[in-house]
Amino acid sequence: MLVQILFYGFSLLLIAAALGVIVTRNPVHSALCLVVAFFTSAALWLLIEAEFLAIVLVLVYVGAVMVLFLFVVMMLDINVEEVRKGFTRHAWVGWVAAFVVIAQIVGVYWFKGLGIDATVGAAPLPEGYSNTRALGEVLYTQYVYPFELAAVLLLVAIVAAIALTMRRRPGLKAQDVAKQVAVRREDRVRLVKMPAERRDEGSAP
Amino acid sequence: MDLIERNVLTLWAGLPDYLRSTIWILIVTVAVILSVAFTTLWERKVIGWMQLRKGPNRVGSVFGLIPGIFQPFADVIKLLVKEVVVPSQANKALFRIAPAITLIPAFATWAVMPLDPSLVIADLDAGLLYVLSLTSVGVYGVILAGWASNSKYAFLGAMRSAAQIVAYEIAMGFALVGVVMAAGTLNLGDIVRAQAGGVSQWFLIWLFPLFVVYLIAGVAETNRAPFDVAEGESEIVAGFHVEYSGIAFALFFLAEYANMILIATLTAVFFLGGWLSPFEGVLPAGHFLAQPGFHWLFVKLFFFLTCFMWYRATFPRYRYDQIMRLGWKVLIPVTLVWIAVEAALVHFGIGPWSTP
Repeated sequence: MLVQILFYGFSLLLIAAALGVIVTRNPVHSALCLVVAFFTSAALWLLIEAEFLAIVLVLVYVGAVMVLFLFVVMMLDINVEEVRKGFTRHAWVGWVAAFVVIAQIVGVYWFKGLGIDATVGAAPLPEGYSNTRALGEVLYTQYVYPFELAAVLLLVAIVAAIALTMRRRPGLKAQDVAKQVAVRREDRVRLVKMPAERRDEGSAP
Repeated sequence: MDLIERNVLTLWAGLPDYLRSTIWILIVTVAVILSVAFTTLWERKVIGWMQLRKGPNRVGSVFGLIPGIFQPFADVIKLLVKEVVVPSQANKALFRIAPAITLIPAFATWAVMPLDPSLVIADLDAGLLYVLSLTSVGVYGVILAGWASNSKYAFLGAMRSAAQIVAYEIAMGFALVGVVMAAGTLNLGDIVRAQAGGVSQWFLIWLFPLFVVYLIAGVAETNRAPFDVAEGESEIVAGFHVEYSGIAFALFFLAEYANMILIATLTAVFFLGGWLSPFEGVLPAGHFLAQPGFHWLFVKLFFFLTCFMWYRATFPRYRYDQIMRLGWKVLIPVTLVWIAVEAALVHFGIGPWSTP
């Protein structure tokens, strides 16, 4: 009963947040709605005892990706009129995509040919079953090569992204931090030894 | 007396699970809030002593024994009765919830903290990931506060904080990868248990570079000096919370100190064997100093907490580009190298960890 209340509560929140992403006019609000959507879907995953996936969703998307997203969106000075130009002209692409996604969801629900029966919930897992451990065991034995391939692919993407965006602008006066850090006292301060001078008795200081 | 105790115990055992965990949550939360209050006092005292001052010594000197002991409460009451000013051009809703968003993750993380050999509110198998994900959520409060204030200084502070936390989170995560490799588990309680057997078994020894990286990244993650450019008062007034007043400001303050206690505790758990006794294996097993327990965790976290204050009193503030350089070009390579070294050690069976 409690699980059902939680499920419908989080589902409603998820749908509301997802609508908010596309409906709100302010891009920062959209990004925040997306954060809420990630959170609520993580909560839904927790309800089917997929705690590893739920936590990783929050860690990766909320903790890293959306922070950068917000970072960029907040700094942009978006001209909403400019972005909306051609909205009606290209709307049919959106309609087609939406239709395909809805058809897929309905298909999973109605046709049981895939072996997925969406009309009943996930079977409760036995006591002491660890989702994290099970995932780790499969990921590092059966799927170790695909897993490592994906890792290498991501690494290549990182290197490519850096290589594409890094450019040396001529005439840029950047500080060489390594040089600054390597500075020793001897380079900057010169201690001069000189005999102490006696102040004359009569003269004013 | 014995009868009362037994009655209380049977009553406790008779409670349903959710009530028992709720009570524990309340106890831990109240304890953390009180610790935060006294941490602020302790910081002012410690820094005072380091600067040859007395620190707060007016409020509530009980029989002249502990001068200044009620200073935190005086501060809280003062801040509570002050007006919370919401700037007229601010985004009102976000402005109001931003302090809560910073504060909630700092408290929620305590759910998976192993406080005692038998006491942990939620014995989560993915506990370490939970900790990482919640600490990264805390940055939203800072970013939102900076953006919703609609002030240039606050916004600059928020941007600095976002970039800094993203940079240091990577180093922190990599340092924890080393811990996970050594312990073979993501469960915080099991990570502590993997360090059983005396000081020589603590990860501090074999993972020393990772320990240093974690500590530095922890200081940066909590926006503490010398990495406190997010509020760098000499450059951007007070950074992300420049527009906050009264209790809304106090919530940011509370979150900062709660995060400090959290990072100190996590360092103790990951690298110094949490609630394990340092005299394990040195003294006979029955000796009271060799018993594991919360007091050892407390001693360790108190040490690191004091270190936080020590850094603040000692180091000048980093320049922003140097912070970024340290994070990306120094700490991350150090962790990567040490993870490789550790993998080699594990492979050849050198070191305290056994290959599973």
